[in-house]
Amino acid sequence: MPDYNWPDAEHRTLIGKRISRVDAPFKVSGRAKYAYDYHGSNMLFGKILRAPYAKAKIVSIDISAAEKMPGVKAVQIIQKAGTTAQWAGDEVVAVAAVDESTAEDAVRLIKVNYQPMPYLVSDAEPPAGAGEAPGPMSDDDIDDAVSNQTPDAQIVKYLQEHGVTFKVDEDFLNDMKGEGASEAVLAAIQKAEYHKGQAGGHSAYQKTAAQTSGDPDKAFAEAAVVSEGLYGAPVIVHCCLEPHGSVSEWTDKDHLFTHISTQNVSGIAAQMADPLGIEAANIRVHQDNMGGGFGSKFAADRWDIAAARLSRKAGGRPVRMMLERDAELKVAGARPSAYARVKVAATKEGTITGWQSQSWGTGGPGGGGMPPIPYVFGIPNQHKEHTAIRNNIGPARAWRAPNHPQAAVITMGALDDLAAKLNMDPLDLWLKNLEITGPRRDVYREELGIAADLMGWKEKWRPRGQNVSGSVARGLGLSIHTWGGRGHASDCDLTIHPDGSVDVKMGTQDIGTGTRTTIIIVAAETLGIPIEAINLYIGDTLYPPSGGSGGSTTPGGVSSSTRRAAVDAREALFAKVAPALNAQPDDLECTNGTVRVKSDPSRSLNWKQACSKIGAMPVTARGHNDQIAGKNHPDLTNSGVGGVGMADVEVDIETGVVKIKKMVAVQDCGLIIDLKTAESSCYGALAMGISYALFEEKVMDQATGRMLNPNMEFYRLAGLNDIPELVVHMMTGKGYDERGVIGLGEPPVISPGAAIANAVANAIGARVSFLPITPDKVLAALNQKDMDQKAGA
Amino acid sequence: MQDHDVLDRDPKEKVDDSSGVSRRDFLKISSISAAAVPILGTKVVQAAGVPVKVYGPGKVPVELTINGQKHSLQLEPRVTLLDAMRDQLEITGAKRVCDRAECGACTVILGDKPVYACSILAIEAQDKPITTVEALMQGDNLDPIQQAFVDNDASQCGFCTSGFVVAFKAVLDKHPNATPEEIRHGLSGNVCRCGTYHGIHLAIAQMAQKGV
Repeated sequence: MPDYNWPDAEHRTLIGKRISRVDAPFKVSGRAKYAYDYHGSNMLFGKILRAPYAKAKIVSIDISAAEKMPGVKAVQIIQKAGTTAQWAGDEVVAVAAVDESTAEDAVRLIKVNYQPMPYLVSDAEPPAGAGEAPGPMSDDDIDDAVSNQTPDAQIVKYLQEHGVTFKVDEDFLNDMKGEGASEAVLAAIQKAEYHKGQAGGHSAYQKTAAQTSGDPDKAFAEAAVVSEGLYGAPVIVHCCLEPHGSVSEWTDKDHLFTHISTQNVSGIAAQMADPLGIEAANIRVHQDNMGGGFGSKFAADRWDIAAARLSRKAGGRPVRMMLERDAELKVAGARPSAYARVKVAATKEGTITGWQSQSWGTGGPGGGGMPPIPYVFGIPNQHKEHTAIRNNIGPARAWRAPNHPQAAVITMGALDDLAAKLNMDPLDLWLKNLEITGPRRDVYREELGIAADLMGWKEKWRPRGQNVSGSVARGLGLSIHTWGGRGHASDCDLTIHPDGSVDVKMGTQDIGTGTRTTIIIVAAETLGIPIEAINLYIGDTLYPPSGGSGGSTTPGGVSSSTRRAAVDAREALFAKVAPALNAQPDDLECTNGTVRVKSDPSRSLNWKQACSKIGAMPVTARGHNDQIAGKNHPDLTNSGVGGVGMADVEVDIETGVVKIKKMVAVQDCGLIIDLKTAESSCYGALAMGISYALFEEKVMDQATGRMLNPNMEFYRLAGLNDIPELVVHMMTGKGYDERGVIGLGEPPVISPGAAIANAVANAIGARVSFLPITPDKVLAALNQKDMDQKAGA
Repeated sequence: MQDHDVLDRDPKEKVDDSSGVSRRDFLKISSISAAAVPILGTKVVQAAGVPVKVYGPGKVPVELTINGQKHSLQLEPRVTLLDAMRDQLEITGAKRVCDRAECGACTVILGDKPVYACSILAIEAQDKPITTVEALMQGDNLDPIQQAFVDNDASQCGFCTSGFVVAFKAVLDKHPNATPEEIRHGLSGNVCRCGTYHGIHLAIAQMAQKGV
């Protein structure tokens, strides 16, 4: 059997080195093309009429004037009269016209009568006793869930657990199918248990079952120290610079070609097929580059389906439907909020013995679940309650490391406050309790040591509020995090041509993480030829399917499938070349642009000569990585990483302005294919962390139910001058490399928010409970501290 | 929005004293031309006591000189320079992101000034040469700024990158010996979501060292 294993350190010429991303020259020169840049011939421009109310029944829609307007080529109702728009910005009607301004004018001619309904856009702490036990779903509940884009898995799970309040019939199933319910959801509706007359689940506040482990009452009664606090992170949005959207055209009456901005090239056709009534095999999806997704671009969205339908109505002409900036921020994804009142129990030496939390948060209409708290630390003796708020702020989507950054803010904040109460350096508290962090504890220990050195923690750290000079308070904070990151399912075709050229084809996508570079490095390393010699084709359903780029699954998936394809193609080449070198195929090796005999390297052919022995037909090999861990022999990918984030901040206690002075990230991710792009993932995550820690929040207007800051002036992202010295250290070498390839997209973005919040607490001697840590909150925390001190004095 | 006091950069200020119309003038004209009969070409009316050209509201001839090449177009006066480039000429290096002068992804050089192409009308951009990111390469060679971005991995998804590179170029064109702080200042009207700022800091250091 061919040896698929990753080469040893001494045999790696490319893997693990710092290699510039292969597509960078195209990006810096404007030559990289994105879905938004695609311009089909005779292209029409799509626009969408959006509901202005947070919740409203659509009473009537009149599109006649828009349809008659010169230049308008198609009008498509997305939500028909009688349905309920569930958030401000919800899609109602789509229009395609010869140019953008005509489409905008046409949208203004559409008359929609709405009946506004009561709504909720707050995610404030639920009133006492507000939470309702979950009950079976009514027909309206299911209708809402489907039209709210509640994730399929969530609807299915709920139906399985709680059933329905009505007898399901064919009409209802057909209605739901028309609304876009998936086969999985339809099957779950059919199978759901019928609970007569038990209507429930209508409250905006849904309590999940309380979770208790160990004996929390005893732990708190016996604790030497109990620390209490309030922590949380608000709803933020993805704010992808390239907005969501696509350009769709019908190449004939039953073939669709779509250019879409997606993290999921191979998964889009299956999502579009059903609503469009064609086979997935008849849909071609293409994307060269993608301008940011961060977890929000896995779906064929309503507007993408609408674009395809408009194109069909317009005789197949391409229809471009890219969201405007305000829509991008209002409807195209948000990270759920999470807040918690936490109590932590500990011995006076700092051993953590108990955890209590009452948490809440919203993921929009779907409510959402409890973040994984307490995070990383498996604290014994827990009692947890969570209330999900179902409201009308728009749908949630996965955001880099779903739920982990919020869990880190809550958990690491609570432990930091505990350390302060114990008069301990938090670094010592963390180190003291690493035993309960599970299998990565020794990694954390090593990483905390390295991070502390890089930060100068021991020299710089002072107890809370004791590093103030004039109006400037300085502080340090830390956090640790974890993630899975096993490679996803991936197929790769690698072809060696008789002229020596090599092509690699895979239906994956490079979302800015360096996926192209990863694939090319693995192929070039395996064949012993330079990276320039590899021609890579990705981003199209013409190529073998490869998983969506989410959950840090891409590096493991694509590197494994590429390695297998390249090894098999190399074996096929050896079989053809062996006679010419008068050797056995298994005594050959590819290295440094040659194919040579291992036992006698003087017998060699250069790459081109060797490939000329292939014959008339090229050799192609298909490499496959299975999603399921046990099915890959050998397994070239792995799961489970640990990482550390540390922050050094300066707070102006007169203005409340926080300035980050330095951030440190120490991260493991198994075998690193390209050190340069791996480090960039961490640098970028630190910058993103600074952004959500200090600036970002989806602000909802309680009076109108609309988002107040759907633009890039008031939805502030960190800029160049907000970013200080960033230090990244990747764990490599023995103990790490042999684990195989593990993804890196999520982990480094988890800790920065928690580390910064803790650093601010350390600087000013008071906790700012909720991100973003804006000047008003800093000043309020300082005021509260003054009042507490006076009350105590 | 980032710092407004960017080096030589204010897309809202009057673009040129001798040509086109300023934004304030344009607003005044809008109220006049709303009732006007669509005409091809321009006419001159007195607005606030000064003669100003009136365009549209129908399509008017527009001539743009982009990267040394002249383009004759028929555009409604409300079409921005960015949309004219992207949708009419398929020059797509400048990206449409915020579409209201908040993020810098559409930065081009008009004359010798960096501007947000989303907030300049095509009719305002007629009398000066326009330079986009596509013009920075010399043959097959990257501009040193572009090479510095490659060397320091200062692009991830790449959607903001063109804007950063062009703004960088505009700073160095005007201030060849700009300090790192001055370059940062010149780039403070650009925003990146992936967080490539560390790489951009390094690219700045590399260029400042060169003393271009």
